[in-house]
Amino acid sequence: MFAALIILPLIGSAVTWLIPYDRLRPKVLAFFACVHFGITLRMLIYTPSESPGGWFHLDALGKIVLLSTSILFMTCAFYSIGYLFYRRERSNRLLCVGVLVCLAAASMVTITHHLGLMWVALETTTISMAPLIYFNRNARSIEATWKYLLICSVGVALALIGIYFLAYATIVAKVEPSLLLDDLMRDAGKLSSGWVHAAFVFLLVGFGTKMGLAPLHTWKPDAYGEAPGLVGALLSGGLVNLAFLALMRIYQLSLATKEIIFFQNALIVMGLFSMVVAAIFMAKQADFKRMLAYSSVEHVGIMAVAIGIGGRAILGALFHLLANSLTKGVLFLASGNIHRSYNSKNTDHVRGALRRLPWSGGLFLAGFIAITGSPPFAPFISEFTIISSAFIQGRMLIGAIFLISLMIIFIGMALTVLPMVMGEVPPESEATSYSDTVWTVGPPLFLLLLVFILGVWIPAPLMALLRDASALLEVH
Amino acid sequence: MISLADQFLVLVLLINFISLGTSRLIFSIRAVAVQGVILGILPGLIHPFSWHLVAITLVIVTVKGFVIPQLLGRAVRSAEIKREAEPFLGYVPTLLLGALFTALSFGFAGRLPMLPEHQNYMFVPASIATLMSGFLILTTRRKAISQVIGYLVLENGIFIFGLLLAEAMPVMVEAGALLDLLVGTFVMGIVINQISREFSSLDTSLLTSLKEE
Repeated sequence: MFAALIILPLIGSAVTWLIPYDRLRPKVLAFFACVHFGITLRMLIYTPSESPGGWFHLDALGKIVLLSTSILFMTCAFYSIGYLFYRRERSNRLLCVGVLVCLAAASMVTITHHLGLMWVALETTTISMAPLIYFNRNARSIEATWKYLLICSVGVALALIGIYFLAYATIVAKVEPSLLLDDLMRDAGKLSSGWVHAAFVFLLVGFGTKMGLAPLHTWKPDAYGEAPGLVGALLSGGLVNLAFLALMRIYQLSLATKEIIFFQNALIVMGLFSMVVAAIFMAKQADFKRMLAYSSVEHVGIMAVAIGIGGRAILGALFHLLANSLTKGVLFLASGNIHRSYNSKNTDHVRGALRRLPWSGGLFLAGFIAITGSPPFAPFISEFTIISSAFIQGRMLIGAIFLISLMIIFIGMALTVLPMVMGEVPPESEATSYSDTVWTVGPPLFLLLLVFILGVWIPAPLMALLRDASALLEVH
Repeated sequence: MISLADQFLVLVLLINFISLGTSRLIFSIRAVAVQGVILGILPGLIHPFSWHLVAITLVIVTVKGFVIPQLLGRAVRSAEIKREAEPFLGYVPTLLLGALFTALSFGFAGRLPMLPEHQNYMFVPASIATLMSGFLILTTRRKAISQVIGYLVLENGIFIFGLLLAEAMPVMVEAGALLDLLVGTFVMGIVINQISREFSSLDTSLLTSLKEE
């Protein structure tokens, strides 16, 4: 089971590499993504037992991230059939191969309990996404790719030294040298606090960079802004969650040491700072994809604050992980359509999207309403859980900064989104061949439907899964 | 053999200073290649002989000593640049900072508990000093090539630390990390070539069109 989850996408990437036809490739991509989703569902229902040696172990946390990743990749793969039809001017070989390699590596991150292997898989996701950000082959996208590749690689490299410090701590403490999460958690009390503290600092900076927590977020607006909407969706809904999963693994470990208070406080500070930074830069953002990037900075901030607070907020954070991933999918895919239609992502040119593209414009508007935490969508539930938990625990200041940032972000985002979708199409707007089709509208619509359903009704198995996962992160 | 390893580590530290202080890109690439070869030899000095060790040494020497430098050298030649002309921070201040960081890493390592058999050797301080030097090169240089060199030096620092962990790090993971480094540098090499085509230079400070107003 574990092997199939990783090997099938890799086979898929080899097949797409060999296919000489641009038209066929996205369909093969969609096929393999569907197979991957099928395996994921099966693994969620019939959980495979831990692999011998404990390297692979699908626990509740891994399940949530695997589920959200698989849904998002599958939807984006279907979207690519419609989207790439409008991008026939260049070969889509690298894009399709990159997505499948990334899917394989992403699955690896979710199922492994070996920190070293998790690092290797995480770095693979970073590298495999680089050619996708450079899909447009122009000066702006090369700049974005360079920043993304360098900052994320250095960040993840710092996380590696953190992992090495942990390994050395086990050697110094004369316990069984290991990088398996379960071994480390068992022996955490015996590890030297100096090494563990240093390790946590490096791990926080490293995975924080990959996740895009302020002030380590500088690559994000560029990468999300210049990448095709499809790639933006995979980055903001998929890769972000993998980095968050890595942070949660470290959190699990810190629960067993004295470092938990330090780690929680650091997460709260970085999370709130991310929200404030997002609130500042969101206002007057003339580029709607960059605006979405700052929204991503905001939402990783929300998740970081939530696990920093602890208690019921952890449940909120895990549900937010799922909700944010699906909603970001809606927004980025719809923004990709709008970008295609207007051939611009500047809000001075993009006006009246509801008139020109009733479906994509409507989806973008609905996505905006959902992501800013309005009912009846899923992010409302998760954000409400987090805020109420902050106030119940008496963390008034945190709750207040959280609420004020959300409010400013709502206003800032509305100032960009509303003129975009409302009003008249500017007469000088150039005509393009793009029009909404089932293939480009269906996938984001499907995601929006999920966001809506999760906003009004959480299925019992999912709720049980969320509870199991949050139990893994609670202080005992 | 371990004292020999220590002398090699001194050499590694010297190469850090060479990369920090030189403006000639090809020279800097060669220096880092030598550093890579030294890193390849080090495992052989501290672990007993095995075929498995020979294989690791060969892979590391080939990748770090030849493949990656070759790739970077090609990028430099195709972009027709020879020097890092105007770093963000001058060479003398960078060297001084490098010296400061090296001193600090010895201080840092001295405060952490170590195994008795590692106590008198410089693996930990050399690793952290190299990591910091790499970071310094990364942040003070303008040219994309220099930034990749900084990244390589940083990775070398991490690699030195990895030498202490033979029991804890399975070979497969070690190999995976090395492979990621190779592919990462390879992709960076490709991006560098694209930058030189797009901007006719490798100056990353020209990459400012995405600044926030």
